Amino acid sequence: MAGPTPLQLRCCAASGCRSAGSEALQAALLAARDQLGGAAEAVTIKPVGCLRLCGRGPLVALDRSDGSELYAELTPDQAPALLAAATGLGDGQGDALAGRRIDPADPFFALQQAVVLEGCGLVNPESIDDALAHGSYAQLKRVLLECTPEQVRDQVKRSGLRGRGGAGYPTGLKWDTVALQPPGARTVVCNADEGDPGAFMDRSVLESDPHRLIEGMAIAAYAVGADQGYVYVRAEYPLAIERLRLALKQARAKGLLGAGIAGSSFNLRLEVRVGAGAYVCGEETALLASIQGQRGTPRPRPPFPAQVGLWGAPTLINNVETLASIPVILREGGDWYASIGTEGSKGTKVFALSGAVANTGLVEVPMGTSLRTVVQTIGGGVPGADGPNGGVKAVQTGGPSGGCIPAHLLDTPVDYESLRDLGSMMGSGGLVVMGETTSMPEVARHFMRFSVNESCGKCVPCRAGTVQLLQLLDRFVERQASIADLERLEALCRMVGATSLCGLGQAAPNPVLSTLHYFRQEYQAACRDPGQCEPLDACLLQEVTP
Amino acid sequence: MIAPPSAQSPPLAPSSPQADLPPQAVERTTRLIRQHRGRADALIEVLHQVQELYGYLPAGALAQVARELKLPLSRVHGVASFYHLFRLEAPTAHRCAVCLGTACFVKGGGELAARIERRLGLRLDDPAGNGTWALEHVSCLGACGQAPVLVVDGQLEPRLPMDDPAALDARLEALGLADGAGAACGGAS
Repeated sequence: MAGPTPLQLRCCAASGCRSAGSEALQAALLAARDQLGGAAEAVTIKPVGCLRLCGRGPLVALDRSDGSELYAELTPDQAPALLAAATGLGDGQGDALAGRRIDPADPFFALQQAVVLEGCGLVNPESIDDALAHGSYAQLKRVLLECTPEQVRDQVKRSGLRGRGGAGYPTGLKWDTVALQPPGARTVVCNADEGDPGAFMDRSVLESDPHRLIEGMAIAAYAVGADQGYVYVRAEYPLAIERLRLALKQARAKGLLGAGIAGSSFNLRLEVRVGAGAYVCGEETALLASIQGQRGTPRPRPPFPAQVGLWGAPTLINNVETLASIPVILREGGDWYASIGTEGSKGTKVFALSGAVANTGLVEVPMGTSLRTVVQTIGGGVPGADGPNGGVKAVQTGGPSGGCIPAHLLDTPVDYESLRDLGSMMGSGGLVVMGETTSMPEVARHFMRFSVNESCGKCVPCRAGTVQLLQLLDRFVERQASIADLERLEALCRMVGATSLCGLGQAAPNPVLSTLHYFRQEYQAACRDPGQCEPLDACLLQEVTP
Repeated sequence: MIAPPSAQSPPLAPSSPQADLPPQAVERTTRLIRQHRGRADALIEVLHQVQELYGYLPAGALAQVARELKLPLSRVHGVASFYHLFRLEAPTAHRCAVCLGTACFVKGGGELAARIERRLGLRLDDPAGNGTWALEHVSCLGACGQAPVLVVDGQLEPRLPMDDPAALDARLEALGLADGAGAACGGAS
């Protein structure tokens, strides 16, 4: 079968597969290649970024002239068998790989559309030459030589791209706001402080295709007139930081960053700033404070960072996925991007699928795909469960700022407005599936604990309100609550949401409110005397404050 | 200047706590601050590097950083105490972090934490631990595909078998999280 097309083994070297032993596997493959010799010597073995199905790592993709195959959960002693399979010599050894081969037609892969992730799993994240061979920086060079900043911003506006960090602000509009500030210095900042539990999209992009992000940032800087930029990465992602730093160094060495980029008059200095474990730094004003070496506390807006940001200069802050979408948008055109997705939410979205679901990993689908498709068809539902909803009780989106969407609403299309209407939010893209055994008051308490820990303490509603909410939720989890507690819980949620200074506090009650809305019976059942709870209004009148 | 409460030296002598620090480390700190050209906005980077040097942020080192970055000690201490990853106390010899992110939570991260608490005889997020081990929580390591996960002395441990208690115990045992290690505090040799 060995045709003229070179055989290639792509070994996932992102942190998911690494923790499952991908480094030892790659070493074993290299050793096996040396040992086998002959036809095996023609096999290229290269490390790549995420191959998506993180839950079954370590993953290896095999490219042959007639297509690609994917193998999962490989151990180093299976390396010779895999090489034999690659070279077509070892039909007899097929048994050694039984159950390891994954059908590429599986909905997990077939229903995905790679746009942001198009290079993820294909390029070697540590090699700029490989990235260049896959087309990285081509759009930056073209834009610098052929387009004005206005033309770039126009394409981004046409694309309809909205911020992928969660809030969904139109990216083109934000770029315009920064670009049209009075003359002076500007800064671009990439928010890679991906703190939502259950989210690992940005980590995957940084670990798998860092040059795409750098190119997107450079184009953004050109479009808004910035000559310096920072990538703010959370310290919990050491591999992402290492690869990003290496990529920046390589880009500088190739003249793709620094002074006079690609023969133009455009200059850009990019630096990495590492966080130190504070979730609130994902909030843009707190992030700016942290970049300036201060406590990461937010400040009131306006002025928005687009007007007054780092060191007082207009600052463009975009999320990793937003910036990584830019090179494709410029290559294929804004109209092409806008043709994907729904009326209000264009393009694709990357989700990190995890929790009680058969296939955990990274999923990129067009906006507007139903939650059911993502969770049941792509994700395969809850392992070992069946039924119309595949054993799914709820899907948590948006992390501690989002909510739990119950199984009967799984047909909701995934877009910004639909999720917000359900009391949740898009958030950065973590989707955590919960099975029937998960208790919703416990989930709410879990998120409230997180918010208590992460509240920066600057404003009282968040600092004290989250603690009070947690104490109330404790009573529900411990089945010590009364109906009056339910009322108090709701009132306090509304107060904290309405009066907190920043998004963290404003959204902290969301997991409580959404579980109260969809799973109220679980809270009622947790009251001391469940009989009291029906009907609700009548028992409120009788309730005596303890 | 007010020395942080943990400092044993009198507050008026900013150089005296530093006397307890190894001279090479003090020198190294000066060098790395110079590498950042003494810029105040590099404070967090500097603190990361100093913590790497000592394993935590000793009071004397914070005073040195403040002096050499020309910042009030209050500002340096404020930043060091704000961020979860900075430690103001010397760490225990071994450390274990249990992920309590949503995916790990759904897959039994809470029970895992409780089990390790019992095995080691310590409390979650008590920096003193049992004298040898300390157990802390992390909010998400982005390894949600491998949930539930632990980090034992810097090494990520994926997919702990929560549905098989015997296998789980064997796995924890192999990681050095020995049963009864905390029964006699510091009894683990």
